Amino acid sequence: MDSALIPKGVKRCSIGQFALFMGFFGAIALWGVYAMLLCWLKGLNQTNMNDYYGFALWIWADLAVIALGGGAFFSGFLKYIVGKDELKNIINYAVLIGFICYSSALLILAIDIGQPLRGWFIFWHANVHSMLTEVAFCLSCYFGVLTIEYIPLILENRQADKVPFFHKLSHNMHENMAIFAATGAFLSFFHQGSLGGVSGVLFGRPFGYREGLFIWPWTFFLYTWSAAAYGPCFTVLVTKITEKVTGKKLVKDNVIELLLKISGWMLFTYIIAKIIDTWYWASVTAPAAGFSLIDFYSNNPFYGIWILLLEIVIGGIVPALILITEKGRKNKFAMALAIILAVIGVCINRWVMVLQVMAVPVMTFDSWVMYFPSWQEIATTILPVAYGVLLIGISYRYLPIFPQEIELNPIEEDTVADKDAEGDVVVGENLVEATEEG
Amino acid sequence: MKKEHKHVKSNKKYGMVIDLDKCTGCGACMVSCMAENNVPFKADESNKLDSITWMRVYKLTNDKPYPDTEICYLPRPCQHCEGQHEGHSPCVSVCPATATDYSMETGIVSQIYTRCFGCRYCMAACPYHARYFNWWDPVWPEGMEESLNPDVSVRMRGIVEKCSFCFHRYQRAMEKAHFEDRHELEENEYQTACTQACPSGAITFGDLNNESHAVYKLKKNPNAFRLLERLGTNPKIYYVSSREWVRLAGDNYRPDEKMTAKHKPAKHAPAKQH
Ligand code: SF4
Ligand code: SF4
Repeated sequence: MDSALIPKGVKRCSIGQFALFMGFFGAIALWGVYAMLLCWLKGLNQTNMNDYYGFALWIWADLAVIALGGGAFFSGFLKYIVGKDELKNIINYAVLIGFICYSSALLILAIDIGQPLRGWFIFWHANVHSMLTEVAFCLSCYFGVLTIEYIPLILENRQADKVPFFHKLSHNMHENMAIFAATGAFLSFFHQGSLGGVSGVLFGRPFGYREGLFIWPWTFFLYTWSAAAYGPCFTVLVTKITEKVTGKKLVKDNVIELLLKISGWMLFTYIIAKIIDTWYWASVTAPAAGFSLIDFYSNNPFYGIWILLLEIVIGGIVPALILITEKGRKNKFAMALAIILAVIGVCINRWVMVLQVMAVPVMTFDSWVMYFPSWQEIATTILPVAYGVLLIGISYRYLPIFPQEIELNPIEEDTVADKDAEGDVVVGENLVEATEEG
Repeated sequence: MKKEHKHVKSNKKYGMVIDLDKCTGCGACMVSCMAENNVPFKADESNKLDSITWMRVYKLTNDKPYPDTEICYLPRPCQHCEGQHEGHSPCVSVCPATATDYSMETGIVSQIYTRCFGCRYCMAACPYHARYFNWWDPVWPEGMEESLNPDVSVRMRGIVEKCSFCFHRYQRAMEKAHFEDRHELEENEYQTACTQACPSGAITFGDLNNESHAVYKLKKNPNAFRLLERLGTNPKIYYVSSREWVRLAGDNYRPDEKMTAKHKPAKHAPAKQH
């Protein structure tokens, strides 16, 4: 039915299956939209946030998706600036994932603020000394860049490409992509950093506060570094999930391995820097405020020293060691383990730098306060995930996202896209039709 | 657009000295603050994590078993932190929309309700939990609108508020002074509601830089301390207590430095709030 829109030379599942898949994730997204409307119409009393947790699940989600979306700027930087040309085979997907992550972050921010209609005040009454101002500016600009990077992909759709204007536009945009990639990398270095600065500058909160260089706390540099290190792991993880769901190989191993090798070394150097930072903070910065390391990890029902170990050892050292060795990258299981642990690692880092900062009592007569999000917060946090799956579903079906797909999955005729898949397929497990050769 | 931020250099630095030996924990300061500043409340105020108390009285204990048990009540308004350089309060420095401001004229940290868009970054920055978010729109019991303070705007849902040192009283006093061709205020011309309401006279308010104001001398009491001084927040609320465990409860000390701490206690057990 929609075969005219499907790229030439590739095979896609039946429209019915696709509709089922979209319907399932669409329903989840609708649930999120409902929760979002509740928050907008009734206010943030719909959440379990309180005056101790002014920053909670949403801010974590923001920081996490932006770190995970870091694969877009870093692979763009590697391809266009450093000249790693093989990465052209994954860059489209990295851009798409980045686009999803950043649009999600902006959406979550729009739900998170108490007066959404005044959101523009951050630009209009900008306080240039605030990390959040820098975040807002760079994030919006970079989202613009990602949109520019995503547009030529949309224009490559079989039907859009037939329009000469679109064809030329997309061609010209491709030609100039290096400029956008460079701009994107520049903006990313700043907003990833300022996101790190968000907690790093809080000198009233000894758990988050870090010393630094001039106006930038160490977390500024650590966040940029970690986004460059962990972002590509997420790009690869999503690629691998997509391959599993579609039952096809979409990107050649050498491309994945190259990206993971660079990511691994970034991770390795990052985690060394992170350990030094943690050591300095635990032995100099926090003690100067009267805190010992263990104060941050005791006398409460949840935050133990395990979370620090989970972040640094399990989510940092282990994946780094796997990814810097060729054997590790080539071993399917080890590689999968590494990218999953890495994604967990960065999410935990962002979690503690938001939630644990809020949880730790600072006044001696104050106490630890725990928090669990309300269903509205959870639904609105799942919303971007569902939205991401939907956008990936549409983009994969109708746009030539993976340049190596045709070569890796040769088919005899290009009309099969219309053909019904055989047998029942469980929605969510099988995005597109599972071809035998996958 | 930025005109209002013209830094008027003045030597005034309003602050408080609260004598904890005198505080009985009666809560009159809290009540007067709520009434003076049109602070909204909920039908059920039992959840203290989302109810607004610009002035909050904490109950501290030395955590010792009977008969050594001691308690102390500690009123905590916004500390109007000055930071390490003037105006670098934890909260003011982070607000992305310049919706909270440090007055170079008075040292008062103000909140611009119509500009705050509710990101709550300032709340994350404040270690004293002096900032409160309006999780709900204010609802006044029937007829109470009539008795709201006309000098203080009510706040809407979705924004942050906090103690303003009854800034409207300062404005009113200054207006009167200007009308009378004066540029300075007498000490008693500008006093906060809590100061006036405290039946035991525990709170003294005034210009910390003005030698003729009581706070000028009181803050020099050897038993005076400020909350969390070590963080560099540089607050303008001084507390006085003759009890060492109370003074020690004002800041964090590592176990290894307890013996060398400024307010070295004989035997210290950490204070707990109940
Ligand atoms: S006590 Fe909190 S709200 Fe008041 S000035 Fe200090 S940081 Fe800001
Ligand atoms: S909540 Fe309001 S005052 Fe606080 S940082 Fe955000 S915009 Fe500024």
